[in-house]
Amino acid sequence: MPNKKPERSRAGAPARSGVILVDVRDPADTPPTPPGDPLPGTVRTIDLQVRLLDENDRRAAENRTFLQQRGIRALNFVSSPGAGKTTLLERTLDALAGEVRCAVLVGDLETDNDARRLRREGLPVAQITTGGTCHLDASMVARGLAALSLGEVRLLFVENVGNLVCPASFDLGENRRITLLSCTEGEDKPLKYPPIFTSAHAVIVNKIDVAAVLGFDRAVALTNIRRVAPQAEIFELSARTGEGFDRWLAYLRALL
Amino acid sequence: MHELGIAESALELALTQAHSAGASRVLRIVIRVGALSGVDAEALRFAFTVILPGTAAEGATLQIDPVAAIAYCPACQKDFFPDTDHFFECPTCGQLCATVKQGRELDLVRLEML
Repeated sequence: MPNKKPERSRAGAPARSGVILVDVRDPADTPPTPPGDPLPGTVRTIDLQVRLLDENDRRAAENRTFLQQRGIRALNFVSSPGAGKTTLLERTLDALAGEVRCAVLVGDLETDNDARRLRREGLPVAQITTGGTCHLDASMVARGLAALSLGEVRLLFVENVGNLVCPASFDLGENRRITLLSCTEGEDKPLKYPPIFTSAHAVIVNKIDVAAVLGFDRAVALTNIRRVAPQAEIFELSARTGEGFDRWLAYLRALL
Repeated sequence: MHELGIAESALELALTQAHSAGASRVLRIVIRVGALSGVDAEALRFAFTVILPGTAAEGATLQIDPVAAIAYCPACQKDFFPDTDHFFECPTCGQLCATVKQGRELDLVRLEML
């Protein structure tokens, strides 16, 4: 049988073919990978089926448990840069001062300008400087939480990096995701950037005080938001003048 | 915009898996990207061209399997493909549905290696 491969025997005993083979190769030696295209039959496949955001989601779940154990409700504020997240938080913190103890985490690429704007007597506030990362993730928030003294805190406001795309994919462990849209951005923002709206518990239409001047059509904006995010509660307000703020504050109080 | 970070974690996972399987080269990386995942396939592809060189996956083919969005209408109790990717208006009853059944995927599916 000339085509049959000779069988090997480590002990040097004759194999069935009658040929004695002594194998002195180190079994640990694997042949070097040949360059170029792989030889047929040498490619192996492994099925993984791993979610790439699993690690973030696991840490987010840890944050959620951590906050829940302390009786803290967390809100994640997302919007494009300049939509008014910091101004909204300033007015909210002032309105709740003396009534609900709050804490703030602020994410930005650089600077602690926003955190300095939000400094209040007795308010734990920390700036997370991402150094170029376009969103906060759950591990950044975990580090921020570790830096704050959270005794008696009932509400945690997380101001995400100003970006209408990436923060949509990252669960931070929040209880509510709040997406802001300002009148200066136009009515069609929800149609252009749906994921950040579809994942929101509430949508705030901010700068409503200048809507008329800008020719911002509130009805069209509301229709667009409802098309993309039928699940979201909608607030029309002005963080600068305080118009429409009562309903927003009632929403926060109802979370407690 | 965070496709580079996604690509990095996918590559790290792929290299770890390939190493523990005793492979010396990764030839193909298969990633599933849902229409609602927030990840742009072309940006992801570009990110891989930046990070693959110098690793055991240098020269590997990146296969991106797109996944269409599927929504569910509780009133009609039926799945439907949204008209565009994002507006979940039930084609039967016109109700807006926020229930996404498919389309948020972002998975490392399979590796081929030597």
